[in-house]
Amino acid sequence: MRRRDLAGLVFGSATALAFRPTVANASTPFALAEVAPGVFVHEGEVADFAAGNQGDIANAGCIVGDEAVLVVDTGGSARVGEALAAAIGAVTDRPIRWVVNTHVHPDHSFGNAAFLEGRAGAEPIVVGHARLPRAMAERGSHYLERLAELMGHDVLAGTRAVPPTLLVEDERVLDLGNRLVRLRAWPTAHTDQDLTVLDESTGTLFTGDLVFMRRLPVIDGSLLGWLALLDVLEGIAYARVVPGHGPAMAPWPTAGAAQRRYLEALRDDLRKALADKVVLERAISAVASPPPASLSGEAWLLAEENHGRNVMAGYTELEWE
Amino acid sequence: MKVTRKTLLASLTSVAVAAVMVAGPAAAGPAWENIHAIVFDGREVQDGSGVLLLEAPARAHDAAVVPITITSLLPQTPDDFVKALYLVIDENPAPIAGIFHLEPALGAAKIATRVRVDRYTDVRAIAETADGRLYMTTAFVKASGGCSAPALKDAEVAMSRIGKMQLKALTDFAPGETNTAELLISHPNYTGLQIDQLTRYWIPPDYVEEVTVHFDDTLLMRVQGDISLSEDPAIRFDYEPAAAGTMRVEVTDIKGRHFEQSWPVGPSS
Repeated sequence: MRRRDLAGLVFGSATALAFRPTVANASTPFALAEVAPGVFVHEGEVADFAAGNQGDIANAGCIVGDEAVLVVDTGGSARVGEALAAAIGAVTDRPIRWVVNTHVHPDHSFGNAAFLEGRAGAEPIVVGHARLPRAMAERGSHYLERLAELMGHDVLAGTRAVPPTLLVEDERVLDLGNRLVRLRAWPTAHTDQDLTVLDESTGTLFTGDLVFMRRLPVIDGSLLGWLALLDVLEGIAYARVVPGHGPAMAPWPTAGAAQRRYLEALRDDLRKALADKVVLERAISAVASPPPASLSGEAWLLAEENHGRNVMAGYTELEWE
Repeated sequence: MKVTRKTLLASLTSVAVAAVMVAGPAAAGPAWENIHAIVFDGREVQDGSGVLLLEAPARAHDAAVVPITITSLLPQTPDDFVKALYLVIDENPAPIAGIFHLEPALGAAKIATRVRVDRYTDVRAIAETADGRLYMTTAFVKASGGCSAPALKDAEVAMSRIGKMQLKALTDFAPGETNTAELLISHPNYTGLQIDQLTRYWIPPDYVEEVTVHFDDTLLMRVQGDISLSEDPAIRFDYEPAAAGTMRVEVTDIKGRHFEQSWPVGPSS
């Protein structure tokens, strides 16, 4: 079913790509690592939004072609977006032509504005899932208010939701110059607007939050949909993935194993709770209460904050099974 | 005072918004002050401690699905009963989340539902007795997390399943005793969206406006809903059936859609 994805992959190809020196210098706190030739990733902190991190809590990166750069996610504030843009400018002089958001969550999209400011006439095109504009419109102002409470207004100066203008319904290939990048819009999983970015030259997949590592996965779409999509993604031989949270890169499909164990255990426990007529507000104590490390053999960070939400989301989904 | 629901909620919403704009978001009282004046004519409200219980999470795990239970310990008999339970969420755009009009035939006054919570807020349960006494109990709820928005998780599924219902018997059928049932109504209960300047998105509100529950031909309960009820509204309630019968539920939303379904209730169900 996913032959098209596979056919496009040329793993480890020796395509000669010219780059400037890659590693961000030591005086730059905003590190950008080259995880594959021409693929750069900034590893966000595994933490919740806080003034101290300015919203730099998710992974972001870019792919550099002969003619243009494509950015994948932009951090959780305009400040983080600015730092990312500066770090990219330090590794390549190619222009940024596309800024892709993997989904609506503000830690992945609230740096968008930084890529548009001061680039009149040469603004990159913001790209997202076809359902992303609606989600941003619905949630953007809410997110701004919540993040102001968590980080303060100063940190958020210049931060706003910038919706995509290039929408991906199913699949779209962008040419960065001797380098093809395949964007793929998926059915509801982590959210209802998940988009992945595949660099065909190196077989590197930016999963967005379809893959969480270290940080407990958050269900804001569909528990069953997410598991079904993992089945699909696990069948594709990506050379490596860049997860939405966790290390800058990881081998595939092992990178998704702990997340799968957690989601499956949650699903199974919730089904049993529903069969036992456990009501919603009691489900948390009935279902693998934190620490869910016991569920998946992984010492997840931010588990206390997010496990309860996952129980609520999973319960209200599975009661309609 | 007789007020139609639409004018009532419209005026409350605009009054509350105006009050917040003047007083600033830190002021805790305007929504309730307005509701007290308009809905309850400023009548005396007694402390509900000990007779009206309100269960709400101190910290909501998911701002879109916050479970709330209201339990009245007041009599529910033909002569003396709670005729309505009001659920108020002060800081929500439409503070009156739901009004549960209860009949003495219910035999009990215990309601649970799920609501959206926009921000840290007082939540209030108000019981109004048949003779007009008012009791109030409050709780404070924190909605948590930067990504926890009171929004749809899957907009397309929500619309595709609209109108489907489930009635779950949470207790074994026991005639003459308290039984607990949970009604689930699949509906996006969409809050509506203002025009977004960049995307020009505008989606009108679309939510469940009224739910009636009959047991055989006797009305048990009528619920007036609003946008603060969660997607797929859930109403759990206690009732005391004299014998096996049929539960009939009718749902109307603000788009004028009408859904109706019946379930046999008895020892086998």
